[in-house]
Order: sequence, then structure tokens, then C-alpha cells
Amino acid sequence: MSIFDPKIVAFCCEQSGVPAAEMAKTLKLKMPDNLELVPVPCSGRIETLYLLKALESGADGVVVFACYEENCRYLQGNIRLKGRVGYAKQIMAKIGLESERLEIFHVATNSGVKFTEILMQKVDQLRQLGPNPAK
Amino acid sequence: MIKAEQKPFEEILEYLAPYGKILLSGCGACVTVCNAGGEKDGALLASALRMARRKMGKPIEILESTPARQCEPEFAQELTDTIGKVEAVLSVSCGVGVQTLARYFPATQIFPGVNTTFMGETVAHGVWEERCQACGNCILEKTAGICPIARCAKQLLNGPCGGSSKGKCEIKRETDCAWQLIYDRSKSLGQLHRLSAIIPAKQWGVESRDSGPRSIVREDLKV
Repeated sequence: MSIFDPKIVAFCCEQSGVPAAEMAKTLKLKMPDNLELVPVPCSGRIETLYLLKALESGADGVVVFACYEENCRYLQGNIRLKGRVGYAKQIMAKIGLESERLEIFHVATNSGVKFTEILMQKVDQLRQLGPNPAK
Repeated sequence: MIKAEQKPFEEILEYLAPYGKILLSGCGACVTVCNAGGEKDGALLASALRMARRKMGKPIEILESTPARQCEPEFAQELTDTIGKVEAVLSVSCGVGVQTLARYFPATQIFPGVNTTFMGETVAHGVWEERCQACGNCILEKTAGICPIARCAKQLLNGPCGGSSKGKCEIKRETDCAWQLIYDRSKSLGQLHRLSAIIPAKQWGVESRDSGPRSIVREDLKV
């Protein structure tokens, strides 16, 4: 029996998540096999709909790599993201989807190791949850 | 503008249960401004409904369209072709838009996706408050631009009741007393003397909804 390989969509802020992903790649760190990276100019660019659409379109889990709070280049992008992720989680609860399928992680440009650790932990967590029943 | 809130998700799921293909029709006017039924909010609801139905093992196809103003016949009629392809319509416009669709598409079931709540103002991003009850005879010129009909729990016309305390209403302690607001604004405008004029009782049975649904007819505009 093949092991469930969860699909993860990772939105990455170009000020933090993207450089962290590039560092992880440079260091040749282990990354999930079924990963789709979506670079965004700022995590505040991510609308609630993007998060739901990712789940609707086949993701088993969605993560957002954003800058630390009070460290947003555009001042409040990551704060706006927090509100939108909260709203998406409310909608997911109504659908009956587990909250763990959507999560924000704050990283810095040099967080290559943390970046991969988070993703590999997310793979384990999603394996326990099983496939997204709403995709 | 008209303010609305999305209906409980379970309620919407329940009345869409018999259908396999629907149109989710938003409105580009009032409900867009209050983030209840515009293009974005409609898309969010459609996505959530599709996922919920897949999870239930009863997938649903949802077409999406957002006319500029669903309550205007020329915009509502733009939906004619799309409505011909679906079994039912979920309208996330206000109750007026729902009824416009019901009038123009008599053979199609039209369901409301929002509860139309009040006519109000955006007081902060994401916060809306009631400001007008369409009473039919505006008295704002007598009350410093603050409406006691919409904003006083008792709709008092000539000053506050005994329940006004420290500028707040006894019905809801977090709500400002409308008559405190009227007094404060009149004072700051140097117009306190206006408040000594008695405002006569409103003719509810003549001017307002109490006499049944109202209409406005402009003969010069009829074609």
C-alpha cells in the first residue's frame, strides 16, 4: 500500500518566505515531494479566496510563510493576512475541515532550515489527518 | 447603503440540498460595500459550498455572476442565459435583488443567501451601524443631522428618556444615546435653541410602511 503523499500549497512572501525557500534549496535540505510554492509580493496580497481555492483545487494543506509581525515591508501586510486566515478558518470550520490544514508561519530571510522543518512536520501532520475530503 | 450579513451556512446548505447545479448571483452595489454579497464574497461562499457538498458526497456545480445592481431590471436580465442553464439561484444581494430576480424569472427558484439587515453607514473598516429606517418623512434638519428614529431605541422625537445614562442607552449599554449625540452636536453648532421646538408626532400610518408597501411614481420619467 502506497503512503499518502499530501499536497501542500505554500504561499511565500517575497521578503521572507521566498529567500528562506531559496536558502533551503541552496543547502539542499529535504523538502516535501508534493509541494507547490506560490511567491507573493507580500503576505498581505493573499486574499481569503486564494486560501480556500487552494484547498478546493486539490491541496491537502495550505501554509503561508510570512514575515514576523512588526517586520512587514508594507507595514501591515502580515496583520491583514492574520485576519484573512482567521476568516478562512471560520469558513473551514463550517465546512467541517480541520483547522490544521491552514496555518501561518513567520520566517526570516535566513530561515532555510526552519522552512524545511515546518514543511516536513506539516507532511507528517497531514498524513495523520488524511486526504482533504473537500478537494 | 443597505447592509446585509450572510445567512448561516447550514441554512443555505439545507435549501440547496435538492439541487446539483445553481447560479450564485452577487450584486455589485450595497452588499459589495458591506462585504456580504459582492463578487469576492460570492466567490468565497461558492467555494465553501462546493467543498461542503463534495465532503458530503453530493457535489454541486455553481456558476457565478455579479450584476452591477441586481435590483435594476436591465442588470438582472443579463442573467437570463445563465439562469436558463441552472436548477436554482442563490442570490446574495439584498432582499430587493432577490425579488427582482423572482419577478423576472418566474419559473426559477430564487433563494436568499444573505439577511438584509439595515440601512447604515461604514463607521470603521468592517463595522457598520444603522442610520436610517426609511420612515418616509425626514426630520434630520431638526435633529442636527442625527436620526432619533433609527438611532434611539424608543424612537423618541423630543429628547431622551430617563434611561439615558452617561451618554449611553439603557437598552444597549454600548450604544450611544441618540439624544445625547443630538444635544452635543447642536451645542457644538451653536444651535441648541432649535431643540426647544416641539417635533410633532410622526404620521406612521400615512408616511411609513405601516400603511403597506410604498411606491414612488414619477410620471415625467415613465416611458
